[in-house]
Amino acid sequence: MNELSTTQLSLSYGDQLIIEQLNLNIPKGKITILVGSNGCGKSTLLKSLCRLLRPGEGTVVLDGQDIFKMSTKAVARKLAVLPQGPTAPEGLTVSQLVRQGRYPHQNFMGQWTREDEKMVQKAMEDTNVANIADRTVDSLSGGQRQRAWIAMTLAQGTEYLLLDEPTTYLDLAHQIEVLDLLYDLNAREGRTIVMVLHDLNLSCRYGHHMVALSNRRVYAQGAPEEVMTAETVRKVFHLECEISTDPLFGTPLLIPHGRGRSMRPAHSG
Amino acid sequence: MKSLFKTAAAKGASAPKRKLLALAVLLAASYAVCVCAGSLILSPDTVLLGILGKSDSQVKMILETVRLPRATTAVLAGAALGVSGTLLQGTIRNPLAAPNVIGITGGGSLFAVLFLNYFPDGGTVFLSLASFLGALAAALLVYVLAFKKGVTPIRLILVGIGVSSVTSALTTLLLSKSKNAAVDKAYLWMVGSVYGADWNDVRLLLVWFSICFFFSMAYSRHMDVQGLGDEVAAGLGAHLQRHRAVIILLSAALSGGAAAVVGAIGFIGLIAPHMGRRLVGTEHIFLLPASALIGALILLVSDTVARTVFLPVDVPAGVFTAAIGAPFFIYQLYHSRNQSN
Repeated sequence: MNELSTTQLSLSYGDQLIIEQLNLNIPKGKITILVGSNGCGKSTLLKSLCRLLRPGEGTVVLDGQDIFKMSTKAVARKLAVLPQGPTAPEGLTVSQLVRQGRYPHQNFMGQWTREDEKMVQKAMEDTNVANIADRTVDSLSGGQRQRAWIAMTLAQGTEYLLLDEPTTYLDLAHQIEVLDLLYDLNAREGRTIVMVLHDLNLSCRYGHHMVALSNRRVYAQGAPEEVMTAETVRKVFHLECEISTDPLFGTPLLIPHGRGRSMRPAHSG
Repeated sequence: MKSLFKTAAAKGASAPKRKLLALAVLLAASYAVCVCAGSLILSPDTVLLGILGKSDSQVKMILETVRLPRATTAVLAGAALGVSGTLLQGTIRNPLAAPNVIGITGGGSLFAVLFLNYFPDGGTVFLSLASFLGALAAALLVYVLAFKKGVTPIRLILVGIGVSSVTSALTTLLLSKSKNAAVDKAYLWMVGSVYGADWNDVRLLLVWFSICFFFSMAYSRHMDVQGLGDEVAAGLGAHLQRHRAVIILLSAALSGGAAAVVGAIGFIGLIAPHMGRRLVGTEHIFLLPASALIGALILLVSDTVARTVFLPVDVPAGVFTAAIGAPFFIYQLYHSRNQSN
């Protein structure tokens, strides 16, 4: 059983139950995107998948093992996580940041090996930050900064990569840049990527698998073409919409109802 | 030491190493100057002869019983305070964190004043012990009160500021009820002074500092990942809570050890880490030794200025660490405000 899954997973913050009895399989080698309305527990679920949050009941299974019974370093060698909006200490350079990704591979003395150096170089090249390796992280643009953080998680050399809203605070061009990067990583190396995204259209375009969370449970999951229906959007986001087709990619394209300037006489809304 | 520097942080970083070396040379030079200075100004070659035991008995006496132990104590206590502050600022991720901000020094002061009040003839050894235990007790109290499924930086600093206020209120209360002799001693202790340091102090501090510094260096990788935030550190497989507990313990042990010998000297724990970061960057394998050297330098120079400028009055060194520290800190705030704009 080589995969990441949850069995009867219940998560709560204090008294508040966030996720209830969730059974979920993350398909290997694919990009899975968690969607749902604000506060539905996407980020909470993601935290639990990488063992940052202990479940009330049930568990997360990684490659056949209960993730909460594995050592933290063993988990960190299989699964990397990038939280939302991480901050680096002032003055830290890109290459110093990326090197931190080797932490779970190092022994007690922290000896730096050729393997470590190779992985760091590759991570910086794959994310296109090698040319800014000596710049400080706080001096970078939003897109560059996010690529540097992704490089750190890549240096971890894990099969799984979990990201919590990797495109927040980025303008559209940088969002595409980051998502393209993740798409390439998946396509080229078959890394399993799980991420929380807000933009549904981009989710449909980049994700192989989509999990829509609502009311503490999975409302629907599967290929975006199957999941992203007007019915799902109504139930999950409480929003009326039309589902069209993306003219470039043929993936579902969501157009919300509501108010706005109408250039069409026939518009009904 | 060479293999110790062969870590992730050290890769390709020759500039920080050169700066550390320069700091060490600067400290050694200052040490030489500080030993020469005093009411009787000694020439460097007299001092050298004196250290080798080849000078007349008066010089020998001044050097062996006064200046050398005093300067060495200042170096060690300053280094301990610098490392202590770096450890705290690292794990709390707050540039305003310091042993005297989160109540560790306050605990030491409280116990010292308690001791002076109830055992006025108790002796300096037990006064040291009392202040050391006070510092550890305060650190423990802060940790326990901040604990809620582990401790977060924000809870640590808020609880720490609370504990700090309580200890200083209790200290003031005690002082107002104390006899004059006890108040004088307590006052000197609370400002901090290297006056009267002897070789016993040096031996104690040397052993204590070496042990704590060794463990701090061994924790430098863990400190580095903590700097990226709790979630990132945990995601990288760090035993976040265990490391944080050890780091706080080390910090309290270092500042408590320094306070036991030189009293509650302020500002070094706050500013040495800042100066260190500007000089060698944020990686702790360099930052820890850098802030040790800078802390040592600040206290050594402060104490020398304090005991020479107002001769024959020996002003407590703590006055001068504050005099150097406060302006630097304001400058630092000003600088970082301009940078973020």
